[in-house]
Amino acid sequence: MAFRTAASFARRMMSTSTVRSSEMSFTFGGPNAIFYSGASVKQVDVPSFSGAFGILPNHVPTLAVLKPGVVTVYEEDGSTKKFFVSSGSVSINEDASVQILAEEAHKVEDIDAAAARDLVAKAQAKVAATSDEVAKAEAMIELEVGEALVAASA
Amino acid sequence: MPNLKLIAMRLKSVTNIQKITQSMKMVSAAKFAKAERDLKAARPLGIAAQQFYKSADIQSDKEQPKEIFVALTSDRGLAGAVHSNINKNIRAQLEAKIAAGGPSAIDNCKIICVGDKSRAFFSRFFPKQILMVGNEIGRLPPTFNDASKVANAILSSGYDYDTGKLLFNYYKSVVSNETTELPIYSQELVLSSENVSVYDSLDADVVQSYMEYSLASLIYYCMKEGATSEQSSRMSAMDNSSKNAGEMIDKLTITFNRTRQAVITGELIEIISGAAAL
Repeated sequence: MAFRTAASFARRMMSTSTVRSSEMSFTFGGPNAIFYSGASVKQVDVPSFSGAFGILPNHVPTLAVLKPGVVTVYEEDGSTKKFFVSSGSVSINEDASVQILAEEAHKVEDIDAAAARDLVAKAQAKVAATSDEVAKAEAMIELEVGEALVAASA
Repeated sequence: MPNLKLIAMRLKSVTNIQKITQSMKMVSAAKFAKAERDLKAARPLGIAAQQFYKSADIQSDKEQPKEIFVALTSDRGLAGAVHSNINKNIRAQLEAKIAAGGPSAIDNCKIICVGDKSRAFFSRFFPKQILMVGNEIGRLPPTFNDASKVANAILSSGYDYDTGKLLFNYYKSVVSNETTELPIYSQELVLSSENVSVYDSLDADVVQSYMEYSLASLIYYCMKEGATSEQSSRMSAMDNSSKNAGEMIDKLTITFNRTRQAVITGELIEIISGAAAL
C-alpha cells in the first residue's frame, strides 16, 4: 500500500479495501433531463423512504428509494442547487460513484406553486371520493407528490 | 416486343413507389432527429442504471438457470435489418443451447416479444417459448410510461426467471447499429450475491423497489436506443429504395422510348409499303 505523493495523485488516498478518491462521481437525472453526469460535487441530500440522508464522498455503498421531495446538491464552488424529484432510486457503489435516477426531476424554480396547490386539492378530493383500494393508493401517491411540490416551491 | 401499355403501367407504378419511399425517408429523418436528441439525454441514464449491476457483478451458479429473453423490436417494418438482427440473435442463442443439451435444454428459456415483428418471427420458430407479447410500439416515441408497463408485465408474468437478457440495437451512427444485450437478474439472485453484501443497510423492500425501478430504467434506455437505430435504419433503407426505384425508372424510360419508336417505325413501314403497293 504505497502512499502516492506525485502532484497529480495528491488527492488519492488508498484505504485498506478499495481505492477511493475524495470526490464522488455524481450522476443525477430522469428521463426528461439529465442534470449531472459523472460530475464532482461536495454533498447531496436526498429524501428517501428510509429517511432523508446526505451523501458525502466515500459514503458506504447502499441503495435507497426516493420519496417525492427535494434533492439538494452542494457543488464544489459552494453553491447549492435544488431539484424536485417525484420518485426513483439512489445507488452508491463501492467505487464511490453515486447515481440518482429519478422518474421525473425538475429544478424547483420551474415549479408553479399555484398549479401545485391545485394538484393537492384535486388529489385530496380523489382520496375522499374513491373506495377502491388501488385507486385510493394511486390518489394518495398523487397527494404525496402534490404536497411535496407545494413544500418545494415555498 | 413488350406491349407499350404494359411498360407504361410499370413505369407509373415504379414512380409511385419512388414517391412513397422518398416521403417515408423524409418522415424517418424527422423522427430520427428527435430520437437522437432523446437518446442523448437517455444515455447517461442507461449507463447509470447499469452501474449497480456492473459493480455488483452478479453470477448465477445454477446448472440450468431459468432464462428470459426480452426482444425489443417494434410493430413497423421497412426498417432494414434492425428487427431481424435481434430475432436472429435470439434464435442463434437458443439453437446453440439445443445443440449443446438437446431439445429440452430450452424448456427453461422464455421469450417476451415486444413488438409485432418479433412476435411474427418467434411464433414461427419457437412458439412454445413465447411468454408475452406487446404491441402498439413504434408509432410514437417510447416514454418512461411504456417502459414501466413492460417492466410491470415482466415482473408480474408469474415466471420466476433467474437471469434475463434485454436485446436491443445499440445506436452507433446513422449507418451502423449493433445488437447488444443487457443482463437482468432476479431479486433472489441479487440478494444472495456476495458483492451485494457490501451495500449497507439493505432490506428486501428497498432492493425490490430498486430493482423494479432499475428494470424500468434499463428498458426505457434500450427502447430509446432501439428507436433511434430503427429510424436511422429505416432512413437508409428508404433512401436505397428510392435510388433503386430511380434506376429502374431510367431503364424503363429508355425501354419505353425505344418501344414507342419501334411502334412508330412499324406503322410508317406499313403505310409506306401499303402506298408503294398501290
